[in-house]
Amino acid sequence: MEFQAKELFAKHGVATTLGVVAETPEAARAAAEEMGGVTVIKAQVKAGGRGKAGGVKIAKTADEAESYARDIIGMEIKGLRVNRVLVTPATPPVEEYYFSFLLDRSNRSHLCIASVEGGVEIEEVAKTNPEAVKQIRIDALEGVTPEKAAAIVDEAKFPAELRDQAIEMVQKLWQVYVEEDATLVEVNPLARLEGDKLEALDGKVSLDDNASEVRHPEHEQFEIREEADPLEAKAKDKGLNYVKLDGQVGIIGNGAGLVMSTLDVVAYAGEAHGGVKPANFLDIGGGANAQVMADGLDVILNDEQVKSVFVNVFGGITACDEVANGIKGALEILGDAATKPLVVRLDGNNVDKGRAILDELNHPLVTQVDTMDGAADKAAELAHQA
Amino acid sequence: MSIYLNKDSKIIVQGMTGGMGAKHTTLMVESGANIVGGVNARKAGTTVELGGKELPVFGTVEEAMKETGANVSVAFVPPAFTKDACIEAIDAEIPLLVVITEGVPVLDTAEVVAYLEGKSTRMIGPNCPGIITPEESLAGITPHTIAGKGPVGLVSKSGTLTYQMMYELKDFGFTTAIGIGGDPIIGTTHIDALEAFENDPETKAIVMIGEIGGDAEERAAAYIKEHVTKPVVGYVAGFTAPEGKTMGHAGAIVSGSSGTAQAKKEALEAAGVKVGKTPSETAALMREILQAL
Repeated sequence: MEFQAKELFAKHGVATTLGVVAETPEAARAAAEEMGGVTVIKAQVKAGGRGKAGGVKIAKTADEAESYARDIIGMEIKGLRVNRVLVTPATPPVEEYYFSFLLDRSNRSHLCIASVEGGVEIEEVAKTNPEAVKQIRIDALEGVTPEKAAAIVDEAKFPAELRDQAIEMVQKLWQVYVEEDATLVEVNPLARLEGDKLEALDGKVSLDDNASEVRHPEHEQFEIREEADPLEAKAKDKGLNYVKLDGQVGIIGNGAGLVMSTLDVVAYAGEAHGGVKPANFLDIGGGANAQVMADGLDVILNDEQVKSVFVNVFGGITACDEVANGIKGALEILGDAATKPLVVRLDGNNVDKGRAILDELNHPLVTQVDTMDGAADKAAELAHQA
Repeated sequence: MSIYLNKDSKIIVQGMTGGMGAKHTTLMVESGANIVGGVNARKAGTTVELGGKELPVFGTVEEAMKETGANVSVAFVPPAFTKDACIEAIDAEIPLLVVITEGVPVLDTAEVVAYLEGKSTRMIGPNCPGIITPEESLAGITPHTIAGKGPVGLVSKSGTLTYQMMYELKDFGFTTAIGIGGDPIIGTTHIDALEAFENDPETKAIVMIGEIGGDAEERAAAYIKEHVTKPVVGYVAGFTAPEGKTMGHAGAIVSGSSGTAQAKKEALEAAGVKVGKTPSETAALMREILQAL
């Protein structure tokens, strides 16, 4: 969110105005009073187009600040509820520019995008005036040296009187990118204020989860718990790789690719069964032991939308008999909490032993189907009937 | 024939003494792959018995290569140290480096990939199952029991979908199956593998498995159109993935309208690639092609 991006900017010396985060209209009022003069009230959500959605207002007085905050807090922008606003002193820009560093997957490197036409969506500028959008490749080993920063500023044609300030800001933004392990650092608008001062008026930073895990424990503070889906939060606590979707067939599988594929196969199968859809992504990885399976089932069965569950496992390193024992153990752990039908498809390493274990278990909720497509069809059918 | 890996490959393991490293070194030895040693600076000079084989531990990749003639390294090093392990192997000029480790910071991988430029090492991964040339060698974690030797070349972003596809086509078999990994930045790409399979006389047809995120599949499609004469069958996972959510693999994310499965499928089809809706349909398409050969 904007206020978090600005915290990271400030940490690395990028000129910005932090403002005050307010979760209530009263707090917004107090902040506006403290600042005096005209303020900007901005919705804080992880979505673009906040202005267009009515989530950004200019308040001339503290009364107005409070009233706008009342309108904005609780509104939805692109499906996201606004829980807080950022109050900043209004600093009308003389000119607005665009600047970003991002991961360039195609070129397996980093890219800088800069434009003297900012303040609007850069994709729009790229369409209407592609000449004004400069893309400059960054070598991952050399990074942004002072010379490179100067080359970027010159290529983007920032005004001469701002050149030195811009070069300094570009280097500091690169620091944010590298030192915080970001995959995107975007400033839009990068504003020229009265008195020829450059400032990051609004921004966005995306952090690399892998890096946060390995060397940035402090990034945990940027996670806002109440914004997360409660089931996703619960899964995360248990160390599960889970994404909540809008559907009726719960999915458990091993391996990201296979699980993604399972969602697709269920969606196709659902077309013949009242349009039921996959309810989630859940990858339990290689070690499908009883506890992991039980944790996964527990999360999925707590999803009220879910009517049936499809367990799709290919025994690669993990043998199918271990997986079958995992399912058996999970049903024992869950006991009466297991209430929805389970369609299980096992294939691969030790498949005969695995299927025999489930046959012997003969659990009323468990149906085995031999193929992935057949099992998806069965799971969709059961979800539709329920 | 095969690509990148064959019966003459001599393999060392970086991180052989760790949990994952030891487990999979055992499985590689049991598969018949020629594992010749491991690297761990703190345990240099000792030996470890894995899979019934006494394996020497060396202090550096360079030393291991000198002593054993190794030409492949498989890395199971924890993510925080993966970059250094890769740089070390590249400096030692190992011909093939297979990085299994999941969770490597993407800036580290970007640095390693930039460092590879102009060097003699080919890197596969990170975050991948590695590479298998059935009945010859295994550098990675792919189960060697799924399928034997045959005419199909397989390149995939995903581990379990690699296994699934090998299983579906086990009666035909594979020259080489390579998992290139699901991270946003990787060493060997779909295009690299397609080029190698095109040049491998024993590979008669190619299966290419992709997933949402980035534009690697679109670029592979353009490459196939220009350079690949062998039949290619494709599969793309993630049609139902919502925008902005990472689906397990760090690289599997649809941003805005880019990186969607639909766009990838269309690009592949425009290049003359038959694309299956499901893994089994994809296997059936390949089956038809193989039966007609």
